[in-house]
Amino acid sequence: MAVIFSKPKALMDATLHYCPGCTHGIVHRLVAEAVDALGIEGRTIGIAPVGCSVMAYDYFACDMIEASHGRAPAVATGVKRSLPDRVVFTYQGDGDLASIGLCETVSAACRGENITVIFINNAIYGMTGGQMAPTSLVGQVTQTSPYGRDAKTQGMPIRICELLASLDAPAYLARVAVNSVANVRKAGKAVLTAFRNQVEGRGFSLVEVISTCPTNWGLTPENACRWVEEKMIPFYPLGVYRDKAADGKEAAK
Amino acid sequence: MKGNEAIAEAAIRCGCRHYFGYPITPQTEIAAYMAKRMPKIGGTFLQAESEIAAINMVYGAACTGRRAMTSSSSPGISLKAEGISYLAGADLPALIVNVQRGGPGLGGIQPSQSDYFFATRGPGHGDFHVIVLAPASVQEMADLTRCAFELAEKYRMPAMLLADGTMGQMMEPVVLPEEAVDPDDVMKGKTWTTTGTGMKRPHNIVNSLYLKPDELEKTNLERFKRYERLAAEETRWEEYMMDDAEICVVSVGITARVSKNAIVECRRRGVKVGMIRPITLYPFPSAPIEAAAAKVRCFLTVELNMGQMSEDVALAEKCARPVRKCNRVGGMIPSADEVAAAIDRIAKEGR
Repeated sequence: MAVIFSKPKALMDATLHYCPGCTHGIVHRLVAEAVDALGIEGRTIGIAPVGCSVMAYDYFACDMIEASHGRAPAVATGVKRSLPDRVVFTYQGDGDLASIGLCETVSAACRGENITVIFINNAIYGMTGGQMAPTSLVGQVTQTSPYGRDAKTQGMPIRICELLASLDAPAYLARVAVNSVANVRKAGKAVLTAFRNQVEGRGFSLVEVISTCPTNWGLTPENACRWVEEKMIPFYPLGVYRDKAADGKEAAK
Repeated sequence: MKGNEAIAEAAIRCGCRHYFGYPITPQTEIAAYMAKRMPKIGGTFLQAESEIAAINMVYGAACTGRRAMTSSSSPGISLKAEGISYLAGADLPALIVNVQRGGPGLGGIQPSQSDYFFATRGPGHGDFHVIVLAPASVQEMADLTRCAFELAEKYRMPAMLLADGTMGQMMEPVVLPEEAVDPDDVMKGKTWTTTGTGMKRPHNIVNSLYLKPDELEKTNLERFKRYERLAAEETRWEEYMMDDAEICVVSVGITARVSKNAIVECRRRGVKVGMIRPITLYPFPSAPIEAAAAKVRCFLTVELNMGQMSEDVALAEKCARPVRKCNRVGGMIPSADEVAAAIDRIAKEGR
């Protein structure tokens, strides 16, 4: 019988610890598919963050490093500068990348560090039990914004792709979502582009993935996907914010 | 050669090609030297966005088995504490240079030894130690840099070169190793590194997270077994005029140099005084100090802090003899006359 759907080779044969309806599993798969498609598993090194995906090091089949909270881009820099011919990626959540590690994120992007960053934006701190994230929406109720995020005292959510697009160096910045089959397909293409860019030496590539957290949002998985469509995407517009490779092709025409 | 430059050149000659740092006085010459040399020899000099980023870049480089280092001065080392703890937790070798200045807070930029506790008790959260080496000459700045890399790799733990600002800034002749270590050779034989599986082995994971308490306890116990071995095999110190000494000075770095002059002066007047100079601060040379307690009647610690090392001396000699202190802080350095006067006071007590 022909196998028409199977686990990517770059994923370990492990049971994921994620909550039902969480989209981390989908994004792990997209990363592994990109690694398989490019045939780079043997020379890829991944950096896991602190947050829900802290144990990503058990799920990817390539060599893995666990970083301290927010420092994955700095750790990735150390690895990439030591082994420039290896493929180095970080996998980080919104608290990790956009709050405590914002300086490392912006600085690695500004240097045009030739790494791939997968950024999971689910507008909440999942691992610690649902606190307000830098990307939580105005009015969003979390453990630390029990009356809803108040823009006056807690500020506005941060848009990472737009922020990084103000820098000259990044090669690729894209925001995707994984709340529908169509969006997952587009997300897969963006993740593949972000890895291919590194293989081709184009520099810093980041894919922001709008994800769900049904547990801490207090929604069913289905309603969580709807919430992404109705609340998240209007504030975080999907699209490609920087693509030097594509721009180059257009310019050559 | 300046002390700071001796560290940088010695590091390069022992195969270090990855330096990550952030500017801070009085160690900036290390970064400046690396910035000049590294691009010429295929190495990496990277001025990081912060001390925190710099130590995490060192962490990343260390994961690949490269000899990697960072350098800073006291306030910057506080920022590195997080990364040092993770290096220790993941059993990664790396070199951290601390050319100390006065504190706390922003403090000053003049020499100090006030990070003694911080370095020897554990510079970061959790139960761990780093190897701590205290140079007292520009020659030792170079020699102990090599020693730090070698011990760090042998015992799979971070090593700190703990110099005072004077050691970084002063100039002395120095003999550097002629033979250079190949930077690729140092990666060989390390089976734990994350360099890519090459599809030839199961994946390696560099990590310090153990959610099961019994597993985490095991890693701590194993680590402390290594510390015991380190203490048994690698403790270093220098003894000076200790054969017939009745007073034992204990001092490191610039104050050990000043104390030597004071000892020569006191000996000229017939005072029987000698010195034990710890070279490794962790592990601390407790054995020779305990042995000295059997023949001397008093210890005198000379330090650029309020007496941090004097506590280790009292612990080592089990409070068998009094430990007097001669301290200057805030960037002030005692003169040889001040130290000689402190020795003379103890000598008079004995009469």
